[in-house]
Amino acid sequence: MNSSSRDEILARVRAAKGATRTPDQHPPTPRDYRHSDTRPHDELVALFCERVGDYRAEVQRVAADQLPDTIAAVAARHHARRLAIPWQLPDDWQPHGLELIPDDTLTARALDGCDGVITGCSSAVAETGTIALTAAPHEGRRVLSLVPDLHICIVHSQQIVGSVPEAITQLAVITQGERRPITLISGPSATSDIELQRVEGVHGPRKLVVLVIEEPG
Amino acid sequence: MRGPDETFPQAAARELGDAQLRANLGNATATIRDKRARVVDELPDWEQLRDAGSAIKAEVMADLDGYLLQFEQALRAAGATVHWARDGAEACAVVAQVARAHNATEVVKVKSLTTDEIELNATLAQQGIHALETDFAELILQLDGDWSSHILVPAIHRNRTEIRDLFKRTIAPEIASDEPAVLAEAARLYLRERFLDAKVGVSGANFGVAETGTLCVVESEGNGRMCTTLPPVLVSIIGIEKLVPTFADLEVFLQLLPRSSTGERMNPYTSLWTGVTDADGPQELHVVLLDNGRTRVLKDEIGRQALHCIRCSACLNVCPVYSRTGGHAYGSVYPGPIGAILTPQLIGIENAPTLPFASSLCGACYDACPVKIDIPRVLLHLREQAVLATGKRSERAAMRALAWVFASAGRLRLAQRLARIAQRPLVRSGVIHRLPPPLSGWTDTRDMRPVAAHGFVEQASAERERPE
Repeated sequence: MNSSSRDEILARVRAAKGATRTPDQHPPTPRDYRHSDTRPHDELVALFCERVGDYRAEVQRVAADQLPDTIAAVAARHHARRLAIPWQLPDDWQPHGLELIPDDTLTARALDGCDGVITGCSSAVAETGTIALTAAPHEGRRVLSLVPDLHICIVHSQQIVGSVPEAITQLAVITQGERRPITLISGPSATSDIELQRVEGVHGPRKLVVLVIEEPG
Repeated sequence: MRGPDETFPQAAARELGDAQLRANLGNATATIRDKRARVVDELPDWEQLRDAGSAIKAEVMADLDGYLLQFEQALRAAGATVHWARDGAEACAVVAQVARAHNATEVVKVKSLTTDEIELNATLAQQGIHALETDFAELILQLDGDWSSHILVPAIHRNRTEIRDLFKRTIAPEIASDEPAVLAEAARLYLRERFLDAKVGVSGANFGVAETGTLCVVESEGNGRMCTTLPPVLVSIIGIEKLVPTFADLEVFLQLLPRSSTGERMNPYTSLWTGVTDADGPQELHVVLLDNGRTRVLKDEIGRQALHCIRCSACLNVCPVYSRTGGHAYGSVYPGPIGAILTPQLIGIENAPTLPFASSLCGACYDACPVKIDIPRVLLHLREQAVLATGKRSERAAMRALAWVFASAGRLRLAQRLARIAQRPLVRSGVIHRLPPPLSGWTDTRDMRPVAAHGFVEQASAERERPE
């Protein structure tokens, strides 16, 4: 492997293209697919919850002031006592009575010793029941939402958009110029490799709990 | 990539004899077909998405050198090291060199057809480096020394009891149940330790974004996230055809791929990363841009659309041939209709001349393809090339003789008369079950209608002569 491989591959590509059309003459890509889902926002929030549920993730709508108690209840239900949190999880989200371990470069092995993790998200897609994380301060590093067995993800209902194109546009804006890693999560990890029977939970978190904060008014 | 060791008809005949395999395949392909149809029907703009996906890929091929250079530049700016590999050996050498530089005797791998194509695992093994497959099905195959029969569900030919017995012999001596959840738990426990200790990860990529240098891996189990996040060093091997021009183009493919592939609205995990991120994920990223026959495919104006493939496997599940023979019959890393057009082009038609014939040309693959690859058209194109490359002289002589007969009405009538006499000893209950060699190849798998006692021309002229 050296620069001659590079030169040769590029030369092969150029030779293969030969007499074919140059990009200037190439017909423009038709983009008449839907760029947004025009349903009213409260319908999209309901759709998001339904679709997340289809993946056998738990989903719950909560009032903002109920969030810490709800998180505590979810953790108790899953027998989770030690929860990792990103370094800037909003104070008014944090539950009481649980051991919260802020991520200041925790090792993966240390995270493996945690019962779960609480994160926020950057965007959510109603049509596909997807949450998107971009390693923002309230989401943390990629490893955080990967290693612990329980992932509690907090979604503000205004973060929910209808379709995938809307989310991609939003993510491009959010990560603009920052090269942040993006993880799209749709339900708990799963395999259908054994006789096509779906099993939730292989290597990623086996339990995904999505809490949607209802905006007042 | 190696070609098949035997012809498709030989391999298919053997595979068809396995009743268990055929039952598993029939169930699996039907189940995925139904799921796919349901989620595709949900999108009112599915056809528009297909058109966009097809056009984006055509645009990439039309300016591939430009997009590759843009991708390389963006990756370098993001702290990645870019390697170019003319063939599989060069790509494998990069992985081996990186592993050695970090004193790694094991690398953790997320399932990637590209790495299968270049036989990475075997090459690394020769150099004392173990490539651990972490995809559930790939792990099963690796433990069993078997190989994949389906792009998407590679162990589709194994049932739960076989998997339980295999795990008992290898990674989980204590395992008692063959419940899928228990089997998955065994794999989770076995692999978790290996992930945590891994120094080097290896991945492919579903998409590479030229504009930003972003790599994208689409998966279900989380092993892809493990391999691309936990090890301090990551090598990602990507075929040069996997580029998309812009980040926004992902809005098309992230709708097309999961629905076509697993029949889900979205797959559980999609990872997108751009070079090295401080304190998050691998701190050393190598990206290998692989040719390995792709520029040869690009040369063919009709065949190059095979490079648009996003590896969803929808064409396998709808194919009447694949759903009976299974993937092994194709003798190639890329099975099914897409394999029948991709493999012969990647390795040369003379090395896989029977694959373009492994199809009934029913066109179901074209309808199912999310990027509208006209597989039947490419199959016909390759059949022509296969005949030109390997056609038997006797076959060509027979075709010329037939053309001569058909060129004259008198000669055709004479030939029909002779055929009626010649076929007499062969006709049983109105059909011919077996022709003598070398024509027996035709009747091995089907009956033949005899030449009619009164052909169309004879009936038509008799009709005309009849008085009103």
